[in-house]
Amino acid sequence: MALIKNREITEDHWVRIDDESAVPAEGGAIVSIARWRKDRAVLAGRNAPIGVELESGDGPEVVADDIVRLDLIAVPFATFRDGRGYSTARLLRERYGFTGELRAVGNVLRDQLPLMERCGFDSFEYAGRTDAAKALKAFRDISAVYQTAADRRASAAALRNHPSKAFSNGTCG
Amino acid sequence: MYMYDEIDQSLVDERVIQFRDQVNRRMTGELSEDEFKPLRLMNGVYLQLHAYMLRVAIPYGTLSSEQMRKLAWIAKKYDRNYGHFTTRQNLQFNWPKLEDLPDILAELASVQMHALQTSGNCIRNVTADQFAGVAADEVVDPRIYAEIIRQWSTLHPEFTYLPRKFKIAVTGSEIDRAAVRFHDIGLIAKRNGAGELGFEVIIGGGLGRTPFVGPTIRDFLPERHLLSYLEAALRVYNQLGRRDNMYKARIKIQVHETGAETFTEMVEAEWAQIRDTAVDLAAGEKQRIADFFRPPRYRASADAEAQLRLQLRDDRNFARWVETNVAPHKVTGYRIANISLKPIGGIPGDASSEQMDAVAALADRFSFSEIRVTHEQNLVLPHVRADDLYALWQTLKSYDLDTPNLGEISDMIACPGMDYCALANARSIPVAQQISERFADLDRQHNIGELKLKISGCINACGHHHAGHIGILGVDRKGEEYYQITLGGSGAEDASVGDIVGPAFPYDKVVDAVETLVDTYLDIRTDGERFLDTYRRVGKTPFKEALYGTD
Amino acid sequence: MSQQVLSANRLNDGLVVYLVADDTWSEDIEVSEVAGDEGSVNALLTRATQAVSDQKIVDLYLIEVAVVGGEIRPTKYREFIRATGPSVRADLSKQNYVPGADA
Repeated sequence: MALIKNREITEDHWVRIDDESAVPAEGGAIVSIARWRKDRAVLAGRNAPIGVELESGDGPEVVADDIVRLDLIAVPFATFRDGRGYSTARLLRERYGFTGELRAVGNVLRDQLPLMERCGFDSFEYAGRTDAAKALKAFRDISAVYQTAADRRASAAALRNHPSKAFSNGTCG
Repeated sequence: MYMYDEIDQSLVDERVIQFRDQVNRRMTGELSEDEFKPLRLMNGVYLQLHAYMLRVAIPYGTLSSEQMRKLAWIAKKYDRNYGHFTTRQNLQFNWPKLEDLPDILAELASVQMHALQTSGNCIRNVTADQFAGVAADEVVDPRIYAEIIRQWSTLHPEFTYLPRKFKIAVTGSEIDRAAVRFHDIGLIAKRNGAGELGFEVIIGGGLGRTPFVGPTIRDFLPERHLLSYLEAALRVYNQLGRRDNMYKARIKIQVHETGAETFTEMVEAEWAQIRDTAVDLAAGEKQRIADFFRPPRYRASADAEAQLRLQLRDDRNFARWVETNVAPHKVTGYRIANISLKPIGGIPGDASSEQMDAVAALADRFSFSEIRVTHEQNLVLPHVRADDLYALWQTLKSYDLDTPNLGEISDMIACPGMDYCALANARSIPVAQQISERFADLDRQHNIGELKLKISGCINACGHHHAGHIGILGVDRKGEEYYQITLGGSGAEDASVGDIVGPAFPYDKVVDAVETLVDTYLDIRTDGERFLDTYRRVGKTPFKEALYGTD
Repeated sequence: MSQQVLSANRLNDGLVVYLVADDTWSEDIEVSEVAGDEGSVNALLTRATQAVSDQKIVDLYLIEVAVVGGEIRPTKYREFIRATGPSVRADLSKQNYVPGADA
């Protein structure tokens, strides 16, 4: 499995810690939401980055009070057809103001990457059969967007009303 | 009509390239069928009983003559010389090859068409009143808002993997020709006391195995908030909707189980958070879209009406066609001409390439090159001068497109049924054909009057049987085709779900049963009553007794 | 055990096909291989699964047939329609349709 972050294949500096194992003092650690609830005080007191993985179907409200304490939130896609994580991601970014790493995990495949990115994910535990390097092309499949979303790309309507913004291919911002 | 700019065009062009790559990856095994299926479905590609099927989007049922010619050409070059107009104002090709589909999508993109979101668990192609822009009774042209919704919903990043499919219909009239109460969201444009434009919002209607007439969840939504309200409703649905049981995943079940009031509160609460964000269109963009739907330059001649009166007097067959198939237009001297795709004994909604080309040519000659597709599987030329109707009708005759049966018993909705559809349990088309032939006598049909007969070949109800004055549902009973009859449904502004009248009939008895129902109605109707009115007045009993006896 | 043949749709053009004894796939059910016991049915399935992984076919499944007077006929009407074509378009039936003749 490859980690894609900000449209590049990159080394994963985070480790997943299961509920029975001790959390190392150093380095980024991702724990389950259950573990987080149980050991929040200890985990938040560590002097190292901490991340939480939600469960399928968890909405953003389960970490609403922890937004500033968390450096990473992982949102699971049990199957790529379960689209709840798209709403969760947008709300974490647009409503709860989460600015840390928002990671898509689970059944994360090539053709869903651009949609996930638009909803605010910036990292992806890529699980597709297409070679990860080739899958990066997915981000540039479609240039135009018709909606405002978490990626703040200028929508078609915005471009039409500000023709000075050139209509260009697939870049954020 | 809406015309693409470079942004719209880039999207459909890039979508073709993307799909070509997806097809290649499927062919080489990089994508499994399970992974490829949702991708092809979101480009309108099904695998049906005999072959692949491509469902082309005809947004809100509006087509140019150029687009119609392209559909005829695709049918000729890549398919078997015909297409099927559907109850969602779309067109289906029944025999395309997967390896040709990227080329077919490229052909469509060359005339500003696509097959985006005609299937899959996304926001589907939006539908609207086929008389939009020409209906005398409309508040606003609903296509302006349908196009706004089309753009907003296209590749919506948050709503592409919903719990189930999601259908939105818009009308600008009190007379409902778009079955808005049977959609996931129905929108009826209206003006409030202050004269401001807005929408009545209906959420949670639907047909299928659990039919519901959708409840109104908001009486008046100011039009400037349309998209933020839709986004709020879809977000509530996406977060709540069940993923464990596809039969309970539609929003109608969610609204029903949550309760319309609670559901409304949830939507309103979400909307309160986003109503003043950039989701809604700026006034300038809305005006840009609205400008595409300005009326054409009508040129009514002073003596058009007089000439039509003479032609009506001189040709009885023409007069009959005008009486059934021609509707009033908001501009004096013009008419709306309905073209029936229900010739006696024909396949409802099918049109050959030659017929499509003929309609395109007639649209160029008589209707500012514009064509509409109706959810009742007919075509419309929306702007025909009164004194052009006779010439139009004469040409329609030579293409078997002149059947004067609009709204009558042989003007049936029928899904493709087991002759084409992988999901069907029974055939629909031959039942439709036999009923049509039984009532072939046009005088008899005309005497019966308005009668909406709708046939589905399975519980998914693509043939809208629940909404038929007479509905027929095909079921499988130990390998035999049986047909259950419902009475009293309506898809119009007086929407209702039909009642099952009794035990189902075998294939060879269903036409007799329909005739018995019609005869019973003729016996007991009072002056001016439609079949539906009589049923609503007297109830099920007389019909049930006529079908099954009194025991 | 009833008699079975293996049916699927060809991946590239989507048409209905049946598994033949020589491991090819034919649009004509009459030449398909009929299996009458569990062992032969499983053998059909194994060979067909290979065709799925080779991207030749999709949606494979067994259908029940009756062999009457040497003719292989599906016992379910749905499968009869799949084997012959839409019942309402005799001109498009597998027996009558000539590709390209209408273009």
